[in-house]
Amino acid sequence: MSLIARHLERHGMPAVILGSALDIVEYCGVPRFAFTDLPLGNPCGKPFDRAMQRASVVAALELFDLACEPRTTVRLPHRWSGDESWRDSYMALREVDLAGLRRMGEQRRAERRQRRSLGLARQE
Amino acid sequence: MNNAGMIASVGMPVRYMERTRRYYAAQGFERAYAWARFDDVPFVRPTKPLARSRLALVTTAALYDRQESESRFLASAPTVHPPQRLFAGDLFWHREATHMDDRASYLPLEALGDLVTEGRLGALAQRFHCAPTEYSQRRTRELDAPELLRRCRQDGADIALLVPL
Repeated sequence: MSLIARHLERHGMPAVILGSALDIVEYCGVPRFAFTDLPLGNPCGKPFDRAMQRASVVAALELFDLACEPRTTVRLPHRWSGDESWRDSYMALREVDLAGLRRMGEQRRAERRQRRSLGLARQE
Repeated sequence: MNNAGMIASVGMPVRYMERTRRYYAAQGFERAYAWARFDDVPFVRPTKPLARSRLALVTTAALYDRQESESRFLASAPTVHPPQRLFAGDLFWHREATHMDDRASYLPLEALGDLVTEGRLGALAQRFHCAPTEYSQRRTRELDAPELLRRCRQDGADIALLVPL
């Protein structure tokens, strides 16, 4: 999505990203970014929390007026809950899962090879 | 501790690039994904105030339950009478922590509609767009992004709100 924001902006259409992957978006470099520090999946706010969702959207749109230079990031104060365990559980590598992950990778590579042999691989 | 991936990160933004690298390395992929990075960042100021601007809304979710192996294509749907839910079974997001049962948590049509009603935002474009997330950055830059820009202009959009899952 960062590449799309850059393309729109480069062609004269101001763009703002509202999202939760701070490192990826800032690494790429985008014009405007409203950062919600929430689990990936609900960039606007917690499910069914209309006040939080509205606040996120308002903050993102305000960047059209407030941002004076590229790479402008605003960090929203929302919290997911008092339980912060979601931060560590995303893509966690538990010992018990390692053998399964290895098998999953082997299966993916085999599927990829098969698609490539059939000419179905995505274009790079 | 039986969690080899545990990182002490209470209150700190999750380092998704590092997590992703470790996750794929654990699957035996030898070459790490190279995220896009640029020194220069384009920037233009809006030509109209927000209250007179038409906004295009873009998500990375899909209109149907796509399989991971399927090719992904840009899709658009009306902002009036939109689908009840979108899908992202083929994307990475935090399934253990949350869900996609509330469309407004990732596609803020109602919040934007309220802002239009209140006069804070000029209008919402007649379509929202589902942008494909592609492994190939070249495909995004050369095919999907230009087509998305074309559709936004076709709808008369002045500005764009991009909401990746």
